[in-house]
Amino acid sequence: MATSVRAAADGSQPSAPPGPRPPQRRKAGSPWRSRLYRLDMKATPYAYIAPFFLTFAAFGLFPLIYTGWLSLHRVELGGSAEWRGLENYTGLWDSSFFWNALANTFTIGVISTVPQLMMALGLAHLLNYKLRGRGFYRVAILAPYATSIAAATLVFAQLFNTDYGMINGLLGVFGVDPVNWDTDKWPAQIAISVIVTWRWTGYNALIYLAAMQAVPNDLYEAAALDGASRWRQFISVTIPSIRPTILFTIVVSTIGATQLFGEPMLFGGSLGIGGGSSNQYQTLSLLMYENGWVTGSLGQASAIAWVMLLLLLFIGAVQALFARWNRKKLGA
Amino acid sequence: MTHALTKAPAKRQQPRHQQPPTRHRKKANRAGRQHHAGPVTYIVLAIAAFLSLFPLYWNVVAASHTGERVVQAPSPLLPGDQLFTNLEIAWNQVNMGTALINTTVVAGTVAASTVLFATLAGFAFAKLRFRGRNALLAVVVATMTIPPQLSVIPLYQIITELGWVDQLQSVMLPMLVAAFGVFFMRQYLLEALPVELVEAARMDGANSLRVIWHVVFPVARPAMAVLGMLIFVQAWNDFFWPFIALTPDGQPTLQVALAGLGSGNHTVNQAIVLTGALIATVPLLLVFALLGKHVVGGITQGAVKS
Repeated sequence: MATSVRAAADGSQPSAPPGPRPPQRRKAGSPWRSRLYRLDMKATPYAYIAPFFLTFAAFGLFPLIYTGWLSLHRVELGGSAEWRGLENYTGLWDSSFFWNALANTFTIGVISTVPQLMMALGLAHLLNYKLRGRGFYRVAILAPYATSIAAATLVFAQLFNTDYGMINGLLGVFGVDPVNWDTDKWPAQIAISVIVTWRWTGYNALIYLAAMQAVPNDLYEAAALDGASRWRQFISVTIPSIRPTILFTIVVSTIGATQLFGEPMLFGGSLGIGGGSSNQYQTLSLLMYENGWVTGSLGQASAIAWVMLLLLLFIGAVQALFARWNRKKLGA
Repeated sequence: MTHALTKAPAKRQQPRHQQPPTRHRKKANRAGRQHHAGPVTYIVLAIAAFLSLFPLYWNVVAASHTGERVVQAPSPLLPGDQLFTNLEIAWNQVNMGTALINTTVVAGTVAASTVLFATLAGFAFAKLRFRGRNALLAVVVATMTIPPQLSVIPLYQIITELGWVDQLQSVMLPMLVAAFGVFFMRQYLLEALPVELVEAARMDGANSLRVIWHVVFPVARPAMAVLGMLIFVQAWNDFFWPFIALTPDGQPTLQVALAGLGSGNHTVNQAIVLTGALIATVPLLLVFALLGKHVVGGITQGAVKS
């Protein structure tokens, strides 16, 4: 990293430019001046972006490829690798744990993302009115975003405790029997989704709000002249106008949901890595961690990581297609 | 819920902490965002604010009772008198003091380096012409979608080889500059920095370093501050990789220490666990309380353009 620091600070030594890399000396004599100046102009852009690309190459790209290589081998921590071809992948295909984790990741992802984004949309709409104390509301709904996964989950684990938790206490007031928020599959998945939703709703609401404020007022005026109700305006003016932002939040939330790890792990306490007593909320990330760091089979864990990447690429492709189809439908 | 706003019944209970809702909306004022909020809006927002803040409040409550009281139904709703006892135990016996220092070092370093490098790269992508610019920018954006799960296994092998397990640089190095920061600064400088300004400085014979120092940094300063804050929060709360690279009993960050507390056996004192959570949360909440408006602005700036 030291090299990139110097390169960036000096502004004239590209350390690993993806483009041409001219030789250089930096002694400013006047005959050299114009050449130096040219060099400066040509090389500095690469020097400026070099720190990012070096960091990415070292800590993103190389590990990604190496993980792919590992996924084709049988490797244990500290041991040597042994070629296995696609066996790690076929092993996943035959593993009920894998399908369980995949299904859990999907269901928790849906339960946590869909209501979250819809509530965020509603909140943004409300925050877009002329309000007294708007600063308070904005900061208040953003406070969960400042809370870490670990802190939030530990608090919610207490609130959702089956025996003494406040949520069961509250339900009891309404005559509802205590819910097994940890051991029953769906309640547990809902509880975990509540944590995710709590942390991210306000953040997304503020993103929507900013997008809504950029919608030109004429559109609303025209709609109002046409006799459109407020609800109608929301549906046919607001939503279409902020569609790109909605798509952005969907993409970000999907990526987040695919890697869900900390919430289920800490929600489960000492059983967290397994995703509960009967893996009822074990996600792909947890399964990967269990394979790599508990069972110690890094090849298998690498295969899960790559499945996650392929999954994200697939989802990304679907979303891109959907976005294009959407644009076409709008007759752009 | 939204369409009900126009015909909200006048007699609704007003939410606490709120001024009375504004009186009648003027008919002439038709455009969506100029409408005054009705009582239902205030009620819904008050509920949202309450739900957002209550878990944090209850964290304080739980941290101020004994461990036995926390796990007793009905749950306590008002603060008790054990806060300082709990703080002392959490601080001295569970490594939270070390964790707080470590987290500050990590988040501070990562925020500073990200701001510096992201501003340079963002400037290059926004205002400089060079071959491959668009393709490289696309690469930057694409890297944002790669989850950390794809890199942790090799990275863990490497830090094991280097003897870097439980050393803070293992956590800091991969986070030195994030794609999000590059993109964020690029979006900002695209509009905020007139090309003429850069060219004029060039005409005056300024070299690249001087252009950065005297032109780019001054213009970028507001965005740099916001980005620094966002990255600080992100690094402060980062969990997955620190959880793998550090250990709760060695040199943990706050999140790792918390994970150690939380995944301990069930006999663990929950009041201490939640005191730990409080220690991890309060510094950031203070930052938010002081700079809330800027954080709000920063988050919205970063997303809308993209």
